[in-house]
Amino acid sequence: MHVLSSMFIVIFLMAVVFIGAGVLKWQYLFGVIIPYISIAVFVLGVIMRVLKWAGAPVPFRIPTTCGQQKSLSWIKQNKLEAPFTFWQVVARMFMEVFFFRSLFRNTKAELHEGKNLVYGSDKWLWAAGLAFHYSFLIIILRHFRFFTEPALFFIEPIQALDGFFQIGVPELYLTSIILIGAVTFLFLRRIMIPQVRYISLPADYFPLYVIFSIAATGICMRHFYKVDIVYVKQMVTGLLTLNPVVPEGIGSVFYIHLFLVCFLLAYFPYSKLMHFAGVFFSPTRNLANNNRAKRHINPWNPKVKTHTYEEWEDEFREVMKDAGMPLEKE
Amino acid sequence: MAEKLIKPEELAQGIKHTTPGGDWRDEKTELKRGCFNYGAQPSSTKYLGLPNVRKWQPMHDDWQLPENWKEIIIKGLADRLKRFRSLQVFMDICVRCGACADKCHFYIGSGDPKNMPVMRAELLRSIYRNDFTAAGKILGSIAGGRKLTVDVIKEWFYYFYQCTECRRCSVFCPYGIDTAEITMIGRELLNLLGLDIDWISTPAANCFRTGNHLGVQPHGFKDSVDFAVDDLEENTGVRVEAPINKKGAEVLFVVPSADYFGDPHYFGFLGYLALFHEIGLDYTLSAFASEGGNFGLFHSNEMMKRLNGKIYAEAKRLGVKWIIGAECGHMWRVLHQYMDTMNGPADFLEVPRSPITGTVFENAKTTRMVHICEFTADLIKHNKIKLDPNRNNHWKTTFHDSCNTSRAMGLLDEPRYILNKVCNHFYEMPENTIREQTFCCGSGSGIGTDENLEMRMRGGLPRANAVKYVHEKHGVNLLSCICAIDKATLPPLLEYWVPGVEVAALHELVGNALVMTGEKDRTTDLRGQEFVNNGKEGSEDV
Ligand code: SF4
Ligand code: SF4
Repeated sequence: MHVLSSMFIVIFLMAVVFIGAGVLKWQYLFGVIIPYISIAVFVLGVIMRVLKWAGAPVPFRIPTTCGQQKSLSWIKQNKLEAPFTFWQVVARMFMEVFFFRSLFRNTKAELHEGKNLVYGSDKWLWAAGLAFHYSFLIIILRHFRFFTEPALFFIEPIQALDGFFQIGVPELYLTSIILIGAVTFLFLRRIMIPQVRYISLPADYFPLYVIFSIAATGICMRHFYKVDIVYVKQMVTGLLTLNPVVPEGIGSVFYIHLFLVCFLLAYFPYSKLMHFAGVFFSPTRNLANNNRAKRHINPWNPKVKTHTYEEWEDEFREVMKDAGMPLEKE
Repeated sequence: MAEKLIKPEELAQGIKHTTPGGDWRDEKTELKRGCFNYGAQPSSTKYLGLPNVRKWQPMHDDWQLPENWKEIIIKGLADRLKRFRSLQVFMDICVRCGACADKCHFYIGSGDPKNMPVMRAELLRSIYRNDFTAAGKILGSIAGGRKLTVDVIKEWFYYFYQCTECRRCSVFCPYGIDTAEITMIGRELLNLLGLDIDWISTPAANCFRTGNHLGVQPHGFKDSVDFAVDDLEENTGVRVEAPINKKGAEVLFVVPSADYFGDPHYFGFLGYLALFHEIGLDYTLSAFASEGGNFGLFHSNEMMKRLNGKIYAEAKRLGVKWIIGAECGHMWRVLHQYMDTMNGPADFLEVPRSPITGTVFENAKTTRMVHICEFTADLIKHNKIKLDPNRNNHWKTTFHDSCNTSRAMGLLDEPRYILNKVCNHFYEMPENTIREQTFCCGSGSGIGTDENLEMRMRGGLPRANAVKYVHEKHGVNLLSCICAIDKATLPPLLEYWVPGVEVAALHELVGNALVMTGEKDRTTDLRGQEFVNNGKEGSEDV
């Protein structure tokens, strides 16, 4: 159900643009107004989300320790998995953000012959996740050639590397293939593994469809249904310099591509895609495990009713006296 | 009132990791006998001043919720979203990748898909989405929301008390989402409605009143300590002193109460007494703070603070310099991650320094509380005690990392160092089941009761399975550990899945191996079992 409903939404969105920009020629709407709105929604939305998180205090220091603590001088501390200092935390976060360290640990538990548990390494999710995010990043960087004139310094080398195999003219970018492959894998994984299907919501399929469609329309424009790069560049630089122009002769595939990007941007702050920022805020990862060495303050530390020694001794004085235990008051 | 339990093979064969088709939000959860805990006694909740005191049981249809229960939950959740960044972030960023799914021992052992950590969190998240996000308010179910109903509350109760807050899932989550944190907050919400379970509220009330969970009064405490001193003398020929409430001692020693009452914990207690005597430590026990374990952790952070407060208060009153804490998992989660924040600063104490070795415990600079394993490992490293590991030759041991000391503290190598010095036969369980990947005993966080036995046996299956592996491969017959709940709940678990493996405190093995000045010719270990191959001629290497 969820698999289909979210797919229909994406198809519907694409149809809207096709009719709007392609047939009705509302190109100013799709080429200027919507992009501006979506960028604003994205930026403001992300800021508001992050401020909301930042505004909630971290009352306790609760790192998940995944390695040996710092204790006695001759016991080797695991600096990455049980960081003690700020810089060790930075290193831990670096490993999380750039290499998906925790996901790398992934194992699979299986019950064999109904009695023996076996754990196998399972790095597919890690590999697909990494491939997905890195190819996405490179593709975004590659797009800078449409945004800047002259092209920024990093674009040449990235493009050269990406088109390394020089398949076809214009050459096929590796990252395009990897991105499509990774998205497909993540999607298939969601529908084929019963447990993952069980936990999946429309909000889990939806971004995959959108990203798949963005990639597909992008590839389509580069290899099959060519758009005129000069016009596109004119339009994008116009948008960026706040002098929007809408050149004639850009096909509707481009508008679909652009609209989906805009849609994704606007959707971003209100969805699970915020994990990109959230990972930095996760108290189990971004705190040092130096709880006993450095005091941590809870801003709302509650006043609670305790049972004082005096009250306690008052209640038990007689029996303690009989047992010959030391007392404060005889 | 234990529920009837089926045979291990039957139980294992019945575990199917399948999922029903359709949307989980449409399924109604049935509370299955043997898989939940009984409701709290009114006397306990009343004593603690908790809301909605009444007689109730989970198997009854009517849970007698307060009239405005919905409002209480929504307000309670709103309040906690503002107070806990962990909750707010964890509600928002889960991508439902499922990496955590098969990491939970309750899921592995039950096959119930709602025991996947991500689902456990979704039970709460679906309400959060519905009532706290714009998308949920407008789109409702399409945005992943669902309406808050009594059935949802019952489902929360069932599954939040089928999580031992062990944090294993959080090790694997790419964003460090800690389902234990969500469970803790879920339980706080339930408690607002008076949905407490008895095996948390009654120990907490006891602890609040007498100082320990069992409700042992001060003179009873003294009795059992005296008894232990006699016992130890009989075994070793050495009469030790075990001061209670002694003002001006250098160290306050806090143990979980099971150590002086429970079996096999007690043998570890004998081990501590022997060790402290041998090194001449100036310490005291306290009858007021006669409990390190903190059942408040399973209830609410306020309750945790109330119970924990006694330790610092007593350290101050007695005028000690610093504190040692004994073997106990949940106790150490609180001491390591919460105590200083809640009840500090402990500026009336000094930075811990071992009077025997001179080692300064830099890692406990402000809490001023040292783990017994850190303390003992340091003694051994400095050759301050004489050990004869041959005295543990009748044991082939393995080590169970308790969830809290490993995943909320990082205490992994200290106990292993000790173990390697006090016994000759130590075998690790498989890699994916130890250290930070350790599997829970299945009965932590206050759900280790008889009425919940089936779920405990299910939850403990992965742990037991790893023990079985070393039992069959190396003949392991002893599982040593450093957690009071483990010592209480692992024996029945192993008896069920791996008969022939006993459970022991790490310091029981220390006590066995410890060569005491003036001791008699010892022939038995602290349990009274004969030593084997206690080769006087054998290596007595330290
Ligand atoms: S591993 Fe983390 S992000 Fe993935 S489903 Fe579990 S809680 Fe969510
Ligand atoms: S904290 Fe432990 S018991 Fe709870 S969901 Fe995670 S793995 Fe399961």
